[in-house]
Amino acid sequence: MSSPRDVVITGIGLVSSLGEGPDAHWQKLAQPGLQPVLEAARFAPYTVHPLPEIDWNLQIAKRGDQRQMETWQRLGTYAAGLALDDAGIKGNDELCTTMDMVVAAGGGERDEAVDAAILAASESRNDRDVLLNEKLTTELRPTLFLAQLSNLLAGNISIVHKVTGSSRTFMGEEGAGVSAVETAAARIRSGQSTHVLVGGAFQTEHSDMLLGYELAGYLHRGPWKPVWQRQGAEGGGVVSGSGGAFLVLEQREHAMSRGRKIYAELGPVVSGRARRTRGELDAEIATLLSQAALPNGKLLAMSGASGAHAATSVEKTALDANPAISARGFSTLTGHMKEAQFPFAVALAALAVDRKAAYPVFDTAAEKPFEGIPASVLATAIGYHQFEGMALVKSA
Amino acid sequence: MTNFRDHMGRPIVAVTGIGVVTSLGVGKADNWAALTSGKSGIHPITRFPVDHLNTRISGMVDFLDSSSKGASPLTYELAETAAHEAVAESSLDSGDFGGPLFLASPPVELDWHERFSLYNSDKQDAGAERLLRVARGLKELDIFETTQFGSIADRLADRFGTRGLPITLSTACASGATAIQLGVEAIRRGECDRALSIGADGSATAEALIRFSLLSALSTHNDIPEKASKPFSKDRDGFVLAEGSGALVLESLEAALARGATVLGILRGCGEKADDFHRTRSKPDGSPAIAAVRAALADAGLSKDEIDYVNAHGTSTPENDKMEHLSLSTVFGERIGSMPVSSNKSMIGHTLSAAGAVEAAFSLMTMRESVIPPTINYDNPDPAIVLDVVPNKKRNAEVRSVLSNSFGFGGQNTCLVMAREPV
Repeated sequence: MSSPRDVVITGIGLVSSLGEGPDAHWQKLAQPGLQPVLEAARFAPYTVHPLPEIDWNLQIAKRGDQRQMETWQRLGTYAAGLALDDAGIKGNDELCTTMDMVVAAGGGERDEAVDAAILAASESRNDRDVLLNEKLTTELRPTLFLAQLSNLLAGNISIVHKVTGSSRTFMGEEGAGVSAVETAAARIRSGQSTHVLVGGAFQTEHSDMLLGYELAGYLHRGPWKPVWQRQGAEGGGVVSGSGGAFLVLEQREHAMSRGRKIYAELGPVVSGRARRTRGELDAEIATLLSQAALPNGKLLAMSGASGAHAATSVEKTALDANPAISARGFSTLTGHMKEAQFPFAVALAALAVDRKAAYPVFDTAAEKPFEGIPASVLATAIGYHQFEGMALVKSA
Repeated sequence: MTNFRDHMGRPIVAVTGIGVVTSLGVGKADNWAALTSGKSGIHPITRFPVDHLNTRISGMVDFLDSSSKGASPLTYELAETAAHEAVAESSLDSGDFGGPLFLASPPVELDWHERFSLYNSDKQDAGAERLLRVARGLKELDIFETTQFGSIADRLADRFGTRGLPITLSTACASGATAIQLGVEAIRRGECDRALSIGADGSATAEALIRFSLLSALSTHNDIPEKASKPFSKDRDGFVLAEGSGALVLESLEAALARGATVLGILRGCGEKADDFHRTRSKPDGSPAIAAVRAALADAGLSKDEIDYVNAHGTSTPENDKMEHLSLSTVFGERIGSMPVSSNKSMIGHTLSAAGAVEAAFSLMTMRESVIPPTINYDNPDPAIVLDVVPNKKRNAEVRSVLSNSFGFGGQNTCLVMAREPV
């Protein structure tokens, strides 16, 4: 039964190594046997899924705005613009000024050259704190700070796209993306918001972004493998990717009154925090699956599994335990996009619902085909280190 | 019979626990005594050398065990300390809180001391390549955890037994207020009966100081540190970087009274409005801040004449104080010249991600104690800003309602309205 306060998806903005926009992603991902776009040399021994060529001017018209950002913020601002365009909201002052926004963000890029110079000098200096002051006061670009601040992705979206209802930034890896979608949906269901921009971006082609995983040895090394097949391989199993995913979530009544195309309805969004060191992850995933109100019959699942050995193995076991579920580990083709991972999963789920077709297997050895029309699709993000979430996306 | 619903039919949200840490001390008692006697916590920086720095003063919290251990450990300890005080006051179970956690905290980065020690533990390669190779050989997760944006909240969730996936957020200098707003909204939506909202910031590192300094945001009045933060004064020249934490236990009034809790105040309304003008400056007409104040009043169901006191954002930067005055005078009209508006930051500096929560804690105490903390260092009023800033000395006054402002980089404007009594 549909209700006027249902949450529906009316805009999707996607960027990944596969291209940009929902159509490009659908066309690529619907091809059986699609090969990932990989960059294995630049960050060897790590492989990443790099950004495609992007003409930033298409979504960030002013060069001055582009100059104030580094790639991460540009990428997020760009993906947000795609979603707003797709929903017919871009450039509509009334809709933009009343639109709420929840962004899932990490931090922006540091200046690698300045950092490397400080580290090199530290080898021959004992007064490292003084060295730091000396170098940072003279070599940091003043505006770089703003390009690093987590909430300035949202700030730039306000400036460039004029989304100014409210602006909140959640931090905390995949969990931030889960909470962002969950909070946005709760706002709409309770009548607090009529339309919300929600999403995130991750720019992995920077050494600090790799370091964020590798301080715990999470990155996969050696030859690339699909996400489900990295157990036992060298490294920790995560292959990261640059990308962004933004969604326009809207109250059903609001979307209908302005005659917009609805991709799908966003059903239950559920989240959790398993205490993994106590072995609670499998029970937590089971709880989330039960809270997600899965329909009877077979179910397509867009899994955000990162490849991290422990978490991915537990998730795979849980999904395999339900014979009705056909999972697609999309990180095989996009890489792991951290804060953007869950919004990306929800977007891919909505696309399948909208196109009334399932994705072919992304990994013939580990995934099983899905025949028929997926009326509901599950989206998951089980964090590589902590935090879990799922959503059920349904035909509108 | 008590009415448990507000003017919009939503559950009324009460505060049943308050905790605070600033450079003035740990806990409400010490902070309140200092704040009402006009004492400043601003002092010379001793945590790191100040060679080459234009600003050599701050309101750092230097007296905790983690004060010299880096931003992540200190932010955790600040959050834990304030939350402990708040939860204890609420008489809820401090290990099984049973509601969600909303944490405002600074974005995290690998600390320079860790960077140096990782880098110099090896000689092969250079730059990032060396760091990555050393990183993957680490056997402990301690350093990794300091770089994960969700780790502090994860530890707090373990410590206090909060429910579900904790939310860590940043709305820059409005973060603390946003954490409270998220808690209020969760209770109003009926998702929970109680929430723990914390703002904590222990990120006053050399690099943070230099970054703000490069943006010309900081005061350089180093010679008499306690005089450097002078909101609304003619010779104000920037804010003073500071650390601190504030925590509130929020509960539906109904649940609070049902368990016999003492109600310390009411979180009556929240308002926000994003600014699309510039990354660090407000729209010249002040319209977003004005809209945020008005949204908070509307959400609270109060008219502008029903606000007794404004706890100002009052950073002591030329830009903020001018714009805040413009916004307040637009909303409150002529009355603004005679209504008390004071800035806690004159004494504690700008606690960044914590500020909104710290100042909400002080706003609630202002109502409970019927004492308004002063704006100190108000020796040279800015003639363009006509406000009753409660200059230099505390004032005894009945305060039934407070507006607390928080404005931040990235166009963030969040305002809270608090009241002493439910109706």
